[in-house]
Amino acid sequence: MSGIFAKRRARLLAMKAIRDNYVPGDQLVTCPKCGGESQRKDVAGNLSVCPLCGYHFPIGAYYRLSTILDPGSFRELNGKLSAADPLSFPGYGEKQRAAQRKTGLTEAAVTAMGSVGGRKCVAGVLDSRFLMGSMSAAVGEKITLAIEYAAKNKLPLILFSASGGARMQEGILSLMQMAKTSAALARFSEKGLLYISVLTDPTTGGVTASFASLGDIILAEPGALIGFAGPRVIQQTIGETLPEGFQRAEYQEEHGFVDAVVPRGELRETLGRLLRLHEKGGRS
Amino acid sequence: MSRLTAAERVGIARHPQRPNITDYIQALFTDFFEQKGDRLCREDPAVLGGIALYHGRPVTVIGTRKGKTAEESLRCNFGMPGPEGYRKALRLMKQAEKFRRPVFTFIDTSGAYPGLEAEARGQGEAIARNLMEMSRLTVPVIAVITGEGNSGGALALAVADRVLMLENAVYAILSPEGFASILWRDAGRHAEACDLMKLTAPDLLALGVADDIIPEPEGGAHLSPEWTFRELDRALSRHLAALLKESGPGLVSSRYQKFRKMGGPPKEES
Repeated sequence: MSGIFAKRRARLLAMKAIRDNYVPGDQLVTCPKCGGESQRKDVAGNLSVCPLCGYHFPIGAYYRLSTILDPGSFRELNGKLSAADPLSFPGYGEKQRAAQRKTGLTEAAVTAMGSVGGRKCVAGVLDSRFLMGSMSAAVGEKITLAIEYAAKNKLPLILFSASGGARMQEGILSLMQMAKTSAALARFSEKGLLYISVLTDPTTGGVTASFASLGDIILAEPGALIGFAGPRVIQQTIGETLPEGFQRAEYQEEHGFVDAVVPRGELRETLGRLLRLHEKGGRS
Repeated sequence: MSRLTAAERVGIARHPQRPNITDYIQALFTDFFEQKGDRLCREDPAVLGGIALYHGRPVTVIGTRKGKTAEESLRCNFGMPGPEGYRKALRLMKQAEKFRRPVFTFIDTSGAYPGLEAEARGQGEAIARNLMEMSRLTVPVIAVITGEGNSGGALALAVADRVLMLENAVYAILSPEGFASILWRDAGRHAEACDLMKLTAPDLLALGVADDIIPEPEGGAHLSPEWTFRELDRALSRHLAALLKESGPGLVSSRYQKFRKMGGPPKEES
């Protein structure tokens, strides 16, 4: 029985992942970093990493999960939670619906239970295609519910961040999600459980200043922009040109805020290894 | 309460003569001993903190610092802390917990400083760490938004059991200028932003983000600071007395629930 369900779940995730990764149009993809053109199938077959220069294209939440979780292990958590409009902000409802149509997501976060290398975990992904992965109350709620679910079931937690920061249209309630998620992580951590934070391009603003920076282990994808203030704001404030590579994953590693920069192709194995290293909780 | 527009309140909240952290410490506390430095890197004058007596009880007081003269403002970076300021604040709060002192924070900042060095030293990490650690302090924490409370830079001192706001204080995701510039690419539309953002004390009380409003004299606190201090003192005493009746774990649990409820529960899709 469980075999049939596992197969169905595998198929469901595969279908959503294909939708995430599908871009209509020509067969050639131009890399924004090196400017080189590659066949679409070569980029897709390379986890959406440019075969010429190693640039990591942004990827959708379901596709991300399909590259990390064991086949058939995916079970979405709170998949129907979507954004409200707490401040009745003009035009916000329409923006949400447009983002939903464009991405097929209900919100900028997807959370799930699954396993990596045979070890159970809770995984969450922010999707930058949905209103820049910005933190709405619903995103904060989904992340918090995932943290609480992991705490209750004593499971390790992996969160992939990609966010432009706060969801402007939800104002102060967006800000409060920073406190909510961080407080949930404090409780989670007190149980002696492992949280791995994976920073992907771009991770900025309120997400950087809350759960993304609170991992026991913090990994980052190569070249990812990671910071609190965005480069444009900083440049305006200090009136100087920013140094090459400023706020990139490699810079953050050098400045002591990232344990390791891990290319997308090695993430699954690295995460599996870290889950294995924490399995016995140091008590063996 | 007076009927002012949101933009007018922003103007009052930013008034150069509005009482600042130094005034509050002088008016409400005695025997203040300033503690400097984050013990890691440097002293950040944008955050002022230390030990003081509040009606005879030892407490820890922390606040963002804005100056009243050009020279003062420059010295404290116009009240915009770097990571060192937040790390100093956390050091003082952990110490307050050790010595079982209640914590008072006073917030008036246009936000955390968006600078190159602040980023290099982990502005985001410093704020995140404060949010996490404040959520589990086992002593009473009362935050007062006295002027502007903008962005994560304000929240990093406001994960408190009680969040009080002065009547004309504002608390928001970022400045109305920044908001207008992000949303409409036009910082000039800030007055319009003020109305939409729900950033005034009455708005935030209605949203459940603020717990109490401290009245100000007509026209703003700067017109009669003594009157404002008396009102604030009354509110602080009342809230502190209530919180002192709770146990450490009780405080942590109610504080968790307070922030856990914010912004939820969002609608379910049918």
